Amino acid sequence: MHIQLKNIHKYFGSVHANNDVSLTIEPGQILGLLGENGAGKSTLMKILSGLICKDSGEILINGEEQDLKSPADALRLGIGMLHQDPHDFPSMTIREDLQIWDQRSGRANHSAVDWQALMKIQEDLGFNLDLDGSVGELTVGERQQLELARLLWLGVELLILDEPTTGISASQQEILFSALKKLAGQGKTIIFVSHKLEEVKELCSRAVVLRKGCLIGEREAPFDENDLVKLMFGRQITRTRTAHAGTRDVCLSVQKLNIEDFRIAIENVNFDLYAGEVIGLAGMEGSGQRQFLQALAGMKQPSSGHILFGDEDLFGKNCYDYQKRGIFYVPSARMEEGLVPGMTLEEHYILSDCEKRVFIDSKKSHKVTEDRIQRFNIKGRAVTFSEELSGGNQQRLLLSLLQDPAKVLLLENPTRGLDIESTNWIWSILRERCQAATSIIFSSADLDELTFYADRILVFFSGRISEPLDSAGLDEERLGRMIGGKD
Amino acid sequence: MSKNRAFINFLFRISGVIAALLFTALVLLIAKANPWEAFSNIFLGAVSTPIKIADSFVAWVPLILATCGLVITFTTGLWNIGIEGQISLGAIMTTWALRLLQDSGLPPVVIILAGFLAGIAGGIVWALLAGMLKFYGGVSEIFAGLGLNFIATALTLWLIFGPWKRAGVASMSGTEPFDMSIWLPTLTGYRLSIWSLILAVVSVLIVYFILKHTVVGLRLKAVGKNYKAAIQMGISPSKYMLLSFVLCGVFAGLTGAVQVLGVYHRLIPSISSGYGFLGLLVAMLVDYQIVWAVPMALLFAALNIGGIQLPIMMKIDSTLSGVMQSSLVLFFMLMDGVRKKILKKEEEQSNE
Repeated sequence: MHIQLKNIHKYFGSVHANNDVSLTIEPGQILGLLGENGAGKSTLMKILSGLICKDSGEILINGEEQDLKSPADALRLGIGMLHQDPHDFPSMTIREDLQIWDQRSGRANHSAVDWQALMKIQEDLGFNLDLDGSVGELTVGERQQLELARLLWLGVELLILDEPTTGISASQQEILFSALKKLAGQGKTIIFVSHKLEEVKELCSRAVVLRKGCLIGEREAPFDENDLVKLMFGRQITRTRTAHAGTRDVCLSVQKLNIEDFRIAIENVNFDLYAGEVIGLAGMEGSGQRQFLQALAGMKQPSSGHILFGDEDLFGKNCYDYQKRGIFYVPSARMEEGLVPGMTLEEHYILSDCEKRVFIDSKKSHKVTEDRIQRFNIKGRAVTFSEELSGGNQQRLLLSLLQDPAKVLLLENPTRGLDIESTNWIWSILRERCQAATSIIFSSADLDELTFYADRILVFFSGRISEPLDSAGLDEERLGRMIGGKD
Repeated sequence: MSKNRAFINFLFRISGVIAALLFTALVLLIAKANPWEAFSNIFLGAVSTPIKIADSFVAWVPLILATCGLVITFTTGLWNIGIEGQISLGAIMTTWALRLLQDSGLPPVVIILAGFLAGIAGGIVWALLAGMLKFYGGVSEIFAGLGLNFIATALTLWLIFGPWKRAGVASMSGTEPFDMSIWLPTLTGYRLSIWSLILAVVSVLIVYFILKHTVVGLRLKAVGKNYKAAIQMGISPSKYMLLSFVLCGVFAGLTGAVQVLGVYHRLIPSISSGYGFLGLLVAMLVDYQIVWAVPMALLFAALNIGGIQLPIMMKIDSTLSGVMQSSLVLFFMLMDGVRKKILKKEEEQSNE
């Protein structure tokens, strides 16, 4: 299938997620689509698979312009996407799942011929799925195989795979890669979305790189890794580091910590967090940073290990125990997990007041509210509802709710989606806290932010965590390679 | 702009009421009855004489008490379908206390107060059961409540036909009525008790105060609106949801106690009279605002009382009131949904 994207634009509010992207893909090609978080990879692929609509531009399939309004539209044209989360029905058998998806003729009963066709696809690709087994009992890798087989069964000519190697085993990855190569050999077009350079290098014949919504480069195999890293992350460092406030007093000591999740396993983490220190967590989204931060806040129970706070092992304690000791987690999803929609700023301040009282002291809360709004420079009033604030102001509100003094702040993407001014401001507030011996661990997708604000950096890659790196002598290229799983 | 929007909101609300009336009229036409005659009969049936007005208040008391409890659970984001069973258990416990003390020679005031306290305890226990099933057993409060309702009904019937049956023959009309001395005193010539009226008003004030002026009330609200954020603020959602069940149980228990002490003076099979479910409708209709629940519950109570006229005057079943009440809720919520959709569209357009 010959695909041509012409001048695709897509806006989400004020964010220009795809900016004039033009791209041609030949049949039989495996194209690697690279880019850091928020570069617009997923958006572009969702447009191509009919999940979201483009704002402007053209999509030509085999030379004909097509208007893709839904995934069903795309599927009819032979475009199928393998999403990061399996789109299947865990409570059904594999046979039922396949029948549900097959809407070619509205039949519920498939003939033996149909099933033979499916079994042949399976066999060719080296899969081994039991049609009468339950979908829910499959591993992530097998569910992916099911989806892949299903798409091919439905006659897909263009396959889009979004980060397909997340959460599958090495042997399953091997099967997947050989299957993809075989399919390309049969003339299918494949788009492989990934941030793992190794995989792109192994699999793809061509790679394009998106950055900030723009297609900024295109390379043919064999690839030069450094070159790709530069394309993905490359930009001028404009800020200079300030001396950090870290001391050598250990504030929190993490020993042999293991965290397990249905998606990711983080093993054997060891490090000391010093009072007043800032540690940055680098890595692609979903590499385990969230689970790690939540484990350190008692929001998620680690499976084993020690979290020493002073003389006390906090392992097994709940998040309220952590909060009582001054360890706070600030989630990235501000409105979903941090603030209460339908409540005013003043109500938020009353709720976060740790002083025990029965009745609301409105005199005090007025004062606190005015005070915080001014100090944190929040563009809102006491009676403003939290959801009416802009993203930057919501983040300020969230930070202004934290108790003072706090011992450890665990911030998940604290400046995501914020402009430079808000980012700088928020960090000035956080830095102030460090002077008062508060330690901070934060995750970020922004390399500049990491190297600039963090004293040390931990790099996450598929649940593996690097040794703490001093950010002082660290160059961004090396960091970029580590995030991509090299080095 | 905001003034304009408030007016639009008001228009949508009114249109919901009108649609509900039209729908009820349609139902009446299908039943070959004159809608206008039916509406005026309901109206007159509720307000034409002082006795009828007082009767509306007799129905209002248990309804607003149940709504008081439900406003609290709704605020916490809980669907307390089990309110009916909680009312029944309140009534059962009140009956039990009265049976135990009626021949004790204690002053009636003490016996009545003991009846109320026992009723509260019954409501709390049944509400806590639903809450614990939710938190320790992972059962949705809706199903837990539903199951407990059935058990409460069975329990009531068993008591009436078993251990507490009337001397001679057990019957659906309930247990042996209590001596008049331990009835809630009523106004002479009316069925309305000033004490139950006071209880209802005080309950409304208490709920209003808890939700508006206490930290606990604010925390309940936070848990209901976003329990994940509540966790970050050091509020334990399960603790506060259990508290919410307990508070609701208090009011449900009081509802049951009033039904026994002030209305039926015995335990009857359908002691809750559906006020729990009706309370759910009232609470939803007023968007869980207790202040607005006061007139709305009165309207619903009046519809109940007025509906009694229908079989007498027009040979239509009195359940027409139920049709009106439910269609009011359905159309009201439907219009609210339409309003929100339109507003969202407007917002999206203004963003572009």
